[in-house]
Amino acid sequence: MSLNISTENKMTWTGAKAIVDPQLSIRRGAIYVAENRIRNMLKWWSSIIAFGLGNPTLYLLSIGIGIGSLVDKSLGANAIDHVSYLTFLAPALLATAGIQGAMDEVTWPTLEGFVWDRTFFSMNATAISSNQIVNGVMLAAMARCVLQVFMYELCLLAFGAISIQSIPILLLVSSSAGLGFSSIMLAFSASIKDDDGIFALVGRFIITPMFMFSGTFYPITSLPIYFQWIGWISPQWHATNLGRALSYGMPIEPWLLIIHWSVFLIMAIIGFSWAHRVFSRRLSA
Amino acid sequence: MAKNTDAEAMIVATNLSKTYGDFKAVDGINFTVRKGESFGLLGPNGAGKSTTMKMIAATSQRTGGDLLILGKDPNKSGPEIRAHLGVVPQQDNLDRELKVWENLMIYGRYFGLSRKFLKGKIEELLEFAQLVEKRNNKTEELSGGMKRRLTIARGLVNEPEILMLDEPTTGLDPQARHILWDRLFRLKELGVTLVITTHYMDEAEQLCDRLMVMDKGKIMAEGSPAELIKKYSSKEVLEVRFGSDNNALVAEQIAGIGERLEILPDRILVYAENGEKALEEIVKKGLHPVTSLVRRSSLEDVFLRLTGRTLVD
Repeated sequence: MSLNISTENKMTWTGAKAIVDPQLSIRRGAIYVAENRIRNMLKWWSSIIAFGLGNPTLYLLSIGIGIGSLVDKSLGANAIDHVSYLTFLAPALLATAGIQGAMDEVTWPTLEGFVWDRTFFSMNATAISSNQIVNGVMLAAMARCVLQVFMYELCLLAFGAISIQSIPILLLVSSSAGLGFSSIMLAFSASIKDDDGIFALVGRFIITPMFMFSGTFYPITSLPIYFQWIGWISPQWHATNLGRALSYGMPIEPWLLIIHWSVFLIMAIIGFSWAHRVFSRRLSA
Repeated sequence: MAKNTDAEAMIVATNLSKTYGDFKAVDGINFTVRKGESFGLLGPNGAGKSTTMKMIAATSQRTGGDLLILGKDPNKSGPEIRAHLGVVPQQDNLDRELKVWENLMIYGRYFGLSRKFLKGKIEELLEFAQLVEKRNNKTEELSGGMKRRLTIARGLVNEPEILMLDEPTTGLDPQARHILWDRLFRLKELGVTLVITTHYMDEAEQLCDRLMVMDKGKIMAEGSPAELIKKYSSKEVLEVRFGSDNNALVAEQIAGIGERLEILPDRILVYAENGEKALEEIVKKGLHPVTSLVRRSSLEDVFLRLTGRTLVD
């Protein structure tokens, strides 16, 4: 580096009052935040695609086809819900993809925003409000969630596990589960000071049990009653059950349909309002 | 740029206060910053500088008094005010994953600036920050000085009415500091209003038209660097060292020489109109300092007098 103080001033300077309309950020701030998050995500696009397509392929090969043939052999073909084991499994796998996809974009990036790079503080130094940061992060997380579920659906379609007609509704169900769960995870991530292994604990004691005990691989009613509550409180089960009902027509009580959708909605309401509060407090400290 | 009392008031604080529970971080301060001025906030750690800066930046709400930034109340119009400010925080908060130019682009987008406008602006800013060759580097690959310049360039993307710099050169080597000072001078020439906090007296003397010295949430003094030196210090300062253990003892014997004494752990400062003369008087008393130095009074002396501390605790 050299001391170069001979450079001429070439900056044009009209002044912020002339070039910045605050109303633009006040209206579209969340979109600007999402734009940044998506730009960050694109740095990892190859990993996102590889994971998005590779993970379902491996899963479908090993569990779907391997275990599926075992199930079909021992119970007879189409023994569960009168569909193949792979079709039975598909909505559950999509729910997982939705939850995981959205969660990846709200946990680490939130620590980055508050602790490592402090980028949320730099956003908040502009016209962007704390609520807009929450909404923008969620918007980007949902973009990732939808993409991840869609890629999974393509694999399922290739394996003959779902019909092409069920793609939109399964996408909606799985993304709704992703929205509900990740909004709560966003608020939670914003509440912690630093990682300290907390996300590993969440993975082991919340995500994994949720995956295992939510009727993913077998109907939840096969579990002893004292395990079934894990499913009832888990967005994974609600999305799985809803997906099965709406994709291949698993019989379901109408009131249960309402409950399933309500769970996602209530989780999102709690998650967003909690996140708005935490972000506002932390950014103005 | 000279102080111009007719210029538009950019910041007006009246009895401004901020309390956290029982703790008064900022305790009823009054000041005005006018357009084109370069205004410095000095004070030891915990003096209330950063809290004041956050209130001016419209990110932290005041708990008492009144504050007008660009004619608006930050408690009510935070986003509108922030849209026209530039903020350079104490800690760089660049996006590590993004390239240098992308950091400028994304920040400009937060203000709703179009990509077309930003394309040209980014070129100017890279030039200004002397980072043209680093445009495609990730920010984590930059040196401390480069990161600082990029953070400043980023704060200029919206051509702010007020640029706020919180300790802009802390942690930089002398060469990097000089480059930064030069860049900040250029901004002054453009008529940008600067609000700067710093621990460094030489920086304050170099950059600021007017200073406010804070301690324990209150204003201790306010004025131009020259005014403050004139008001709070003598013309010259004699620095004498008698060895760490002897300074306090010797100080008792030389009391009365000069206008005032300041006893520091490693030396005694004698404030006097004529430093050489004060030294002669000390020698006449049969005392022979290990080293002695006569210099002009500086802001450091003002700071020491007002806050009772040399450097920051």
